[in-house]
Amino acid sequence: MTPFNMMPFDWFAVAPALPEVFLACAAMGLLIVGVFSRGEVASRSVGGLALVSLVVTYVIMHAAKVADFQQAFPKGAVGFMFVADEFAFYAKGLILAAGVFSILLTPDFMNRNSINKFEYYVLITLATLGMMIMVSANDLLAMYVGMELMSFCLYILAAFWRDNLKSSEAGLKYFVLGSLASGLMLYGMSLLYGMTGDTSFDGIGILLGNGLPNIEHSVAITVALVLMIVAMAFKVSAVPFHMWTPDVYEGAPTPVTVFMATAPKAAAMLLMMRVLYQPLLALEDQWMQMLTVLSLLTMGIGSLLAIVQTNIKRLLAYSSIGNVGFMLVGVVAGTEDGVQGVLVYLAIYLTMTIGLFAVLLSLRRKNVFVETIDDLAGLARTAPGAAFAMMLITFSLAGVPPLVGFFGKFYVFSAAIAAGQTWLAISGVLFSVIAAYYCLRIVKVMYFDEGKFRPELNQPSNAQWIAVLAAAGVLVMSVFIDVLDHTAGRAASSLFRLEHTVARH
Amino acid sequence: MLSTVGLTHYLVVAAVLFTLGVLGIFINRKNIILVLMCIEMMLLAVNINMVSFSAFLHDLAGQVFTFFILTVAAAEVAIGLAIVTVFFRNRGSIEVDDTNMMKG
Repeated sequence: MTPFNMMPFDWFAVAPALPEVFLACAAMGLLIVGVFSRGEVASRSVGGLALVSLVVTYVIMHAAKVADFQQAFPKGAVGFMFVADEFAFYAKGLILAAGVFSILLTPDFMNRNSINKFEYYVLITLATLGMMIMVSANDLLAMYVGMELMSFCLYILAAFWRDNLKSSEAGLKYFVLGSLASGLMLYGMSLLYGMTGDTSFDGIGILLGNGLPNIEHSVAITVALVLMIVAMAFKVSAVPFHMWTPDVYEGAPTPVTVFMATAPKAAAMLLMMRVLYQPLLALEDQWMQMLTVLSLLTMGIGSLLAIVQTNIKRLLAYSSIGNVGFMLVGVVAGTEDGVQGVLVYLAIYLTMTIGLFAVLLSLRRKNVFVETIDDLAGLARTAPGAAFAMMLITFSLAGVPPLVGFFGKFYVFSAAIAAGQTWLAISGVLFSVIAAYYCLRIVKVMYFDEGKFRPELNQPSNAQWIAVLAAAGVLVMSVFIDVLDHTAGRAASSLFRLEHTVARH
Repeated sequence: MLSTVGLTHYLVVAAVLFTLGVLGIFINRKNIILVLMCIEMMLLAVNINMVSFSAFLHDLAGQVFTFFILTVAAAEVAIGLAIVTVFFRNRGSIEVDDTNMMKG
């Protein structure tokens, strides 16, 4: 690195980061609006404006892509710390969509529990900003700052229901374990920096690709690799670093759970792929083994423990852990097809998760939101539409062929087989058969069981039309799977841009 | 004859501090404030690492990184204390063993 000199600041170097700059300013603006308006009005106006700013961010991002800022300003944003490639574009599309839908699902739940504070929307906006920085990071520093911005907002959001013991406990557990994970990641980063003398992904990738000078270096690099994988496994909640997930999902207010189960999971998964396939590509032999073990454990524990759950949010937590395991199969494949499969899987997973939570948020039993699986008993009689939407989505989650969930698993497993990981794909298929059991149990409870009090539909709320939209999406997306596949393919190929400069192995 | 203090010495200090921090989180079964202090200690150990590598490599990036870590650590402890306060109001205790509402 050059010593400190007084270079004039090139404002145009920030251009590729324009969507993020806008979102950061918008979040500050939201705070001002919130402070200057009162009570009910504050949360409603800030919620609406947060929604608008997420949509505008997407529009700006699209415009920047059409105008090809990354090509026009090849130096990238802020030196080389930030990259706005196809991969980041796809990732940000998913993250913004997840943010928009979780904001739409929020007000009803929050109003009923009288916790509709405007800060909620500001925190969602800031967390989204953190995730956008994360997936665009091209430097350890940008990666760290983005990840912490996301995590801090999520800690507060988990504990958002201030006078609820479960919510504050969830926040506390998430905070302690999350900080431990980011501490481990930082230590890994410091070792990586010390051994390579560089913090940029490109620099680290090239240095590692050229081989290490001596054995002490390679030991330290392996320690750094392990620590960083542990931290990222924690963020995507891969077994054995998943312990926080069920507790936090159960304790956090349901709209927060929707957000945590979608956007941060996608962001962490995508960041993990960027880190593994760009700076750490030369260590592929090492991380491949670790991720294979992680993926097997995650699929297994996620599918098996979901069966014994009674609380529906805990069940969805284990189900999301299982889904992460299936995605890791695609990461382990180590090919462009594998990455493409994971990207398709993520889009499908987001649709299904938002749909499931939307159904839950549109139902009440004895005037409280449904909590356990047995609360759903008799739903097919009181609200056949909701039961049908739930059935479609759970069948898709189980991977029943005409529905879109099947394609996610199909792409990931076929990429693994093409990469020669046949036995991993076979165990993935076996675990998804086990996972089908808990999906079918939900359907059985809704259609064939009889409870004392049946769940009923809320009066019209956003949750209902989002549930309908997701159920339709589950049906229709399989028809347009080619379009999704094509988009994911372009995103995946942009991830492998370094392959020409870094010799593999 | 005293040998000069080299990079290794700094790294060993940082590694010891970091390990103490991690162990502190797991071994301490009493007070959550101690957990917060352990987290801070981990981050400070990383800072020592960063600064010593930075000096050794004659590269400023590590020291810039340190400033970011310091700032983020301040925000982190503020959020942590706020969550502990909220938890104390609901539970009436800040013992690690009392975070047991949810299990499974």
